Amino acid sequence: MAHSNAAATGAYGTTGSYLNTPAGGGLKSWLTTVDHKKIGLMYASAMFTFFLVGMSLGFLIRLELLEPGTQFVSARAYNSIFTLHGVIMIFLFIVPGIPAILGNFILPLQLGADDVAMPRLNLASWYVYMTGAVMALASLVTGGGFADTGWTFYAPYSLNTNTNVSLAVLAAFVLGFSSIMTGMNFITTIHRLRAPGMGFFRMPLFCWALYATSWIQVIATPVIGITLLLVVMERTLGIGFFDPARGGDPILYQHLFWIYSHPVVYVMVLPAMGIISEILPAFSRRTIFGYKAIAISSMAIAVVGYLVWGHHMFTAGMSDTARWVFSLLTFFVAIPTGVKVFNWIATLYRGSIEIRVPLLYAVGWIFLFSIGGLTGLANGALSTDIHLHDTAYIVGHFHYTMFGGAAIGMFAGLHYWWPKIWGRMYNEKVATTAWVLIMVGFNLTYFPMLILGIKGMPRRYQDYLPQFHDLNFLSTIGSWILVAGLLTMIINLIRGARSGSPAPDNPWGSTTLEWQTTSPPPLLNFATPPEVTTGPYDFTEILRQNNVEAGK
Amino acid sequence: MNGASSYSGLVDKAFIFILGTSVLLLIGLTAVMIYFLVRYRRSKNPNPAQIADNVTLETLWTVLPTILVLVMFYYGWAGFKVMRDIPEDAMQVTVKAQMWSWVFEYENGKQSTELIVPTGRPVSLNLTSSDVIHSFFVPAFRLKEDCVPGRTNHAWFEATRDGEFNLFCAEYCGERHSAMLSLVKSIPAREFDEWLGVDTGPPEGTRLLTLKGCVACHTIDGSKLIAPTFKGMFGSTETVVTDGVSRQITVDEEYIRKSILDPNADLVEGYQALMPPQRDLLTDEEIDAIIEVLKEL
Ligand code: HEC
Ligand code: HEM
Ligand SMILES: [Cu+2]
Ligand SMILES: [Cu+2]
Repeated sequence: MAHSNAAATGAYGTTGSYLNTPAGGGLKSWLTTVDHKKIGLMYASAMFTFFLVGMSLGFLIRLELLEPGTQFVSARAYNSIFTLHGVIMIFLFIVPGIPAILGNFILPLQLGADDVAMPRLNLASWYVYMTGAVMALASLVTGGGFADTGWTFYAPYSLNTNTNVSLAVLAAFVLGFSSIMTGMNFITTIHRLRAPGMGFFRMPLFCWALYATSWIQVIATPVIGITLLLVVMERTLGIGFFDPARGGDPILYQHLFWIYSHPVVYVMVLPAMGIISEILPAFSRRTIFGYKAIAISSMAIAVVGYLVWGHHMFTAGMSDTARWVFSLLTFFVAIPTGVKVFNWIATLYRGSIEIRVPLLYAVGWIFLFSIGGLTGLANGALSTDIHLHDTAYIVGHFHYTMFGGAAIGMFAGLHYWWPKIWGRMYNEKVATTAWVLIMVGFNLTYFPMLILGIKGMPRRYQDYLPQFHDLNFLSTIGSWILVAGLLTMIINLIRGARSGSPAPDNPWGSTTLEWQTTSPPPLLNFATPPEVTTGPYDFTEILRQNNVEAGK
Repeated sequence: MNGASSYSGLVDKAFIFILGTSVLLLIGLTAVMIYFLVRYRRSKNPNPAQIADNVTLETLWTVLPTILVLVMFYYGWAGFKVMRDIPEDAMQVTVKAQMWSWVFEYENGKQSTELIVPTGRPVSLNLTSSDVIHSFFVPAFRLKEDCVPGRTNHAWFEATRDGEFNLFCAEYCGERHSAMLSLVKSIPAREFDEWLGVDTGPPEGTRLLTLKGCVACHTIDGSKLIAPTFKGMFGSTETVVTDGVSRQITVDEEYIRKSILDPNADLVEGYQALMPPQRDLLTDEEIDAIIEVLKEL
């Protein structure tokens, strides 16, 4: 590659910040950049804009549920609002989120490379993503208004409603391509661009997690693409795939939908697990406990995760045999996940722990994700899931996994790598306050939903019986605290990036390669290409330096 | 919330085991985590131990959870098995779900919008839907099974005590999903037989409006749901859209008949094509009876 030659001679792009290279480029230099770091930040700005919209919608949903009856939005509007909330949070934010933002920024740095393997494809995938996003937004104001189907687009409802399902679904289809492109790019990068001496088992665990994730993206996304296309064809051409009135099968739709959408849960959460696996060693100053177990269980989850989609359909009328087989397989995915949690906690054992903001987010993550995982057990078991399916319990459970698991993991990663990305620190006190608000607000919002579901309140209800009032009220109050925390966090990060105090190259005393270059890194990442002689979490050198400092 | 079906106890047992274990695990994990954070903080423990692995531990915490989840699977399956074994002598009820109402049809042809059942006798449900997917959910019975158009799903229950139990639609089905509620009334067997035996004759018009689900979308008192109210409709002048063209009509018998059989041919202006065509759902006599009532409203 042309880049490497330049790096070797210490020329253009090996000093100074990537943010100023080329100097004075303005907006155009961003929109045409092939630098993985800038592309990561372009994803970040788009995705956090969508996140804020999605958050406001979630806030509105909760506001409507403050009291029984209609408060602020009609049933029809409510249905479009939770659909839009789900579509934004899933397709525009959390599925592509960590790989596109932090994967793009950090992966090449952690591998010791100067960019991803296919930088132009990387930029193209950002444009594809934006095209899909614009289509989703366009479907808001065109046709019969935004889809009111839920993010699951179940047939035959989605085939008959006169809202603009076709465009919303096409948007998801286009977004899928962006996912596939990013996945292929990462797989190639990991195979081809590791620094000399970095065997697969010397890769940081974040890279392992992205590797597993990328394979799922590449293999599973086409299934949803085809399924959604079939929905569009049925709506526009009247071909009977899923509507029994036209000779189709609605259960077939559910199978096709969940064959993608279950594995995609791991696309959301595996990268977050990778982030946690970076933060815990860094702040305990010790090697991670069970490196291989964590790396391999990522791959195990990716593989077994393909075989459990039927647990979303225990009440749909599948054969009884299919139901118990899916139940059994579901419990098998729980095992590697449990192993990881044990490994993370064991990583704290006899560490030398410094409690800083990224570590707070990481342990908060372990707590929330544990609740997400443990509440999933009752969904995996047959008789209990029959009761819980499609109730508020499910809404609580998946917010604990997707929001508590994936999104909080992303926030942890942002706080960890922020000084590397901008060369500036955020205010740690404010960040801690935000963390407290988020943890309190989160549990107050979603824990009551778990109980509501057990008591029998169905999900996607704009109105509810009076016996569900207390807990809904509590949950809505929780959402106010949660939103306050999220806004505090985001504002604090932005202020840090703009005017925070300068950050050193390695503020936390971490060992992986991205911390060996300057903060922020130069365009081509490293002044001299790094070489790897140890595993990723070898603290010998950091501790030696520390002792030298302490000794003098 | 107390269970009220013959198998709700088994389901609750699975709940208690799974949720109980989960709570214990969560408390344990959190406590250990916090203890480590405090005990090994940097000021207390400046020199970390580099422990990379421990095969015994790794094996232990793979094997123990495996056993634990297998037990959970077993508990879940045990309750489920009973739910799926429909007793042969069970009374048959056909559940007809439609946007956004429930109708229950008994073996002798009697229809009801609430599910009346005899306490202590098994009831077998044949679940159907005439439009989109709905889901029959009675929390007190721990029972849920989807009503899928184009097929019949099966479920059963036996109420163990008299009472009224909420019945919800649990699968999202559109605008009035959260209003698609009904009740299961479980009454002593003797009263039930009496109730079932009373032949109410061919239902007259007003009752048909409830039974056929018309009032899930229309009202008879002038208030507005998602369809025009029936009150004062007969004889009024309306704007309808036919093939995209607006025109004025006067509501007469002919128009009502057409609106019922083929509602989307003339759409009332300002409303959406939500009404399911009733061609196969109503007999001619029923339509006549309905028209008679509508004239009076
Ligand atoms: C799922 C909701 C729904 C159900 C159930 C339903 N309708 Fe309708 N109906 C509508 C809507 C919406 C309209 C207005 C749009 C149109 O003209 O199709 C309508 C229109 C009508 C009209 C014409 C009204 C006018 O002012 O011109 C009649 C008559 C009617 N329905 C009768 C019935 C009867 C009788 C039943 C029960 C057998 C029934 N509907 C069930 C939704 C429903
Ligand atoms: C301020 C934060 C949030 C609040 C208050 C909130 C609230 C809610 C509520 C109350 C529902 C249930 C709607 C219903 O069943 O009637 C819901 C649905 C949903 N939420 Fe959130 N949420 C928030 C953030 C998130 C995040 C971060 C994600 C993803 C990572 C997410 C993903 C979803 C999805 C997928 C649904 C399902 C939509 C559907 O049923 O089709 N939410 N949210
Ligand atoms: Cu799943
Ligand atoms: Cu319904």
